[in-house]
Amino acid sequence: MTTPPRDAGPAIVLAGVVKRFGSITAVNELDLDVSYGTVLGLLGPNGAGKSTTMRLLTGQTEPDEGTISVLGHPVPERSKQARLRMGVVPQQDNLDTELTTRQNLDVFAALYRIPRGRRRTAVDSALALVGLTDRADSKVTDLSGGMRRRLLIARGLVHRPDLVLLDEPTVGLDPQVRQELWGLIDRLRTEGVTILMSTHYIEEAERLADDVAVMSHGRVVARGAPLTLLSEHAGTEALEFFGPPENLGRIEALARAAGLPTRRTGPSVSVLRAESAPAALVDALGSGSRRAATLEDVFVLLTGERLE
Amino acid sequence: MTSTTNSPAPTAVRRYEWVAFEAIWVRELTLFRRYWASSTFSAIIQPTIYLLAFGLGVGTLISSVDGLSYVEYVGTGTVAMAVLFASAFPGMFSTFVRRTFQHSYDALLAAPVDIEELVLAEGTWIAAKAGVFGSIPLVVTFFFGLTPTWGMLVVPFVAFLAGLGWAYFGMWQSTVVKTIDAFTYITSAVLTPLFLVAGTFFPISNLPPVLQVLAQLNPLFHCVQLVRDACFGWQPLADLYHFAVLLAFALLMWELASTGMRRRLLA
Repeated sequence: MTTPPRDAGPAIVLAGVVKRFGSITAVNELDLDVSYGTVLGLLGPNGAGKSTTMRLLTGQTEPDEGTISVLGHPVPERSKQARLRMGVVPQQDNLDTELTTRQNLDVFAALYRIPRGRRRTAVDSALALVGLTDRADSKVTDLSGGMRRRLLIARGLVHRPDLVLLDEPTVGLDPQVRQELWGLIDRLRTEGVTILMSTHYIEEAERLADDVAVMSHGRVVARGAPLTLLSEHAGTEALEFFGPPENLGRIEALARAAGLPTRRTGPSVSVLRAESAPAALVDALGSGSRRAATLEDVFVLLTGERLE
Repeated sequence: MTSTTNSPAPTAVRRYEWVAFEAIWVRELTLFRRYWASSTFSAIIQPTIYLLAFGLGVGTLISSVDGLSYVEYVGTGTVAMAVLFASAFPGMFSTFVRRTFQHSYDALLAAPVDIEELVLAEGTWIAAKAGVFGSIPLVVTFFFGLTPTWGMLVVPFVAFLAGLGWAYFGMWQSTVVKTIDAFTYITSAVLTPLFLVAGTFFPISNLPPVLQVLAQLNPLFHCVQLVRDACFGWQPLADLYHFAVLLAFALLMWELASTGMRRRLLA
């Protein structure tokens, strides 16, 4: 991967970007930047505007307001230039199912302007990277869901891009395959590839992202390293209580009176910043289970929404 | 920190780049290797059946049409039909399936391919196939007694041009319909009636004047005329007119297909 000039500015800059679809505002005055060599996790529930943001970056949808720059190129004006050096791994499987694994990569090796003499090597190393070398000549329809997702990733990496967009890279995959893909993304990260990854899996963002941007209703409501976001918004520990609604209501009232944030999770109430709760309050609250605070707590506090 | 001073390598960004075009054609060729046999089979068998039915069947009742033997008349007329089948149908069905079910175009547009390149590459690919498959009936007609002439070498190009228009007609329609079933209406209400006023199986001069005027608006009619004149003798002025109509049809459909695809894919 090429090392960009130090003074090149961020790999991605969105400033005041608005995108409407009819009466729906999918992206609402979005400001976001991603520095070279970092992984930014875009965290938000379905409908938060993550996929629209991705499509804005590839020029596949045009903003109504605001400016976008990708790898130093204004988008959509010079989107094709930017797309030359970026790889896109879509949420939706759009492989050519009639073609083989290798043929899918061949087409994109050509599209990404890899010189003819170097295409074979590029495709071979992309196949090796995602562990599909022995399935190179299988038809896509004969691959498992996990293999197809790996092939999608290989397709986005065949030209060794400077920037990779991963849209919900592990959605719908079983835990074992998810772990494999996390290992792969982690490897890219250590190679210094800039990654923008949207996800609604908290664990994915915590494990892989240097920085997390929490998105809700088309804008970023919080941004920072996972641990910073935790300590800023949710502290380190939470006390979780189950019980009849009136008891949960009592707990909420007590906690709030003491200045501690709370959140409802279905049949339970979590009292956050439990580490700073006075012993008397903990006694008054009753018996709850102590757990570590998570990004999900941060997310719910900030947006009032659940992730899944 | 202006981005202009340190932009990455100055790669040419033209509206139409050969490499994008080439890659899409390579993809199509790879796909084509999987279905060429069935396409070629039907491209040969269909005109054969028409020639047997009309040429040998109806042909025994008709000695000549417009100075041509009926086999020559039908053989050349079938070219237009083969062109229509090889272009309008892929234009409608393939582009619809690829856009809505397979999302192939989304994948291409996320790579350095612009929508104009995509539309041009897909349209010309279908037209090229129509150029080849559209000419097959002529070859089949040789076996029914058609005499080869030098002018026939122009037929693939006529078939390409007409095919381009129909391919873009289909692509445009694929951006208009909501479901794939709606193509049934287009096939039965638009494409089938066009045969009536195209002069494929019988001359339009026998039709009521209204239909004769309508024929002038039918690209299929102009395709048939151009193919016949290429085979049996040019009529410069008339042929220039037929060519101009086919060209205008292709350009208009190209524009409509491009607008539709942009609307559907770059929302």
